Amino acid sequence: MSDIAERVKKIVVEHLGVDAEKVTDNANFIDDLGADSLDTVELVMAFEEEFGVEIPDDAAETIVTVGDAIKFLEKNASA
Amino acid sequence: MFDLSGRKALVTGATGGIGGAIARALHAQGAEVALSGTRREALDALAGELGGRTHVVPANLSDKEAVEGLVPAAEAAMGGLDILVNNAGITRDNLFMRMKDEEWEAVVAVNLTASFRLMRAAVKTMMRRRYGRIVSIGSVVGTTGNPGQGNYAASKAGLVGMSKALAAEVASRNITVNCVAPGFIESPMTDALNDKQRESILANVPAGRLGTGRDVAAAVLYLASEEAGYVTGATLHVNGGMAMI
Repeated sequence: MSDIAERVKKIVVEHLGVDAEKVTDNANFIDDLGADSLDTVELVMAFEEEFGVEIPDDAAETIVTVGDAIKFLEKNASA
Repeated sequence: MFDLSGRKALVTGATGGIGGAIARALHAQGAEVALSGTRREALDALAGELGGRTHVVPANLSDKEAVEGLVPAAEAAMGGLDILVNNAGITRDNLFMRMKDEEWEAVVAVNLTASFRLMRAAVKTMMRRRYGRIVSIGSVVGTTGNPGQGNYAASKAGLVGMSKALAAEVASRNITVNCVAPGFIESPMTDALNDKQRESILANVPAGRLGTGRDVAAAVLYLASEEAGYVTGATLHVNGGMAMI
């Protein structure tokens, strides 16, 4: 697992209070991990902070699974 | 009760009568206060009067960029933001049929749109901290209407609806969003009324006197306190009974 994937999963576990084994690449934040729409906004803010990157709204809308977040950040993260 | 030690507050329109009273009340309860307004000298004078725990962050709320910069400036000055008081407001009264688009737009821009942008910025940082108090100063006119104030009444009623929507979104994050709606409050404008005008206003105020900035500030102080954590989406009317709503 890449460093970025690990950090993303850690944020998701901490933020949503879910078990780490549930946080798979295919896990959908809302359907599988019980996030509400406000949680998804907060997750995006947490990713922005952790990775020093700005995630525009149209990109944020495409991030619906843990894997989506990892893919986006592997492409765009600065650190 | 209502101890604000360690809390960081931003007050807009702090040079006005009500805004100044609000800043004084929050400061007296121990809050660190960022004072905003358009008149730098008046802000400096208020900061000087209050002494420590104050910052001056001037901003013209009819300027979008200045609005966008205000919450970050206050956060930078204080190292965070716990309390936002949207107090700044303007009037451009005119009879409806004569009201110009510019009069409508100027009032909505400062009273409603600037408040929206400040709340949007503030709630982001409050979400991270899992704590926040947002209080907007509405008006009795937002509920009752008033001839000559179609724009002002709309902007103040708009604050109430907007606050309720945001309150519902962020209640689970320990952030409350409320309004205080003053009635007739002593100000340079009411000082200019003659005795007859004053009498006719007071005839409709069961309390028999005009309100003061302190009356309004006390309501703001309550809603800004930790104790008011279960009060959200509410409008607290401070009008001496002139409208019991």
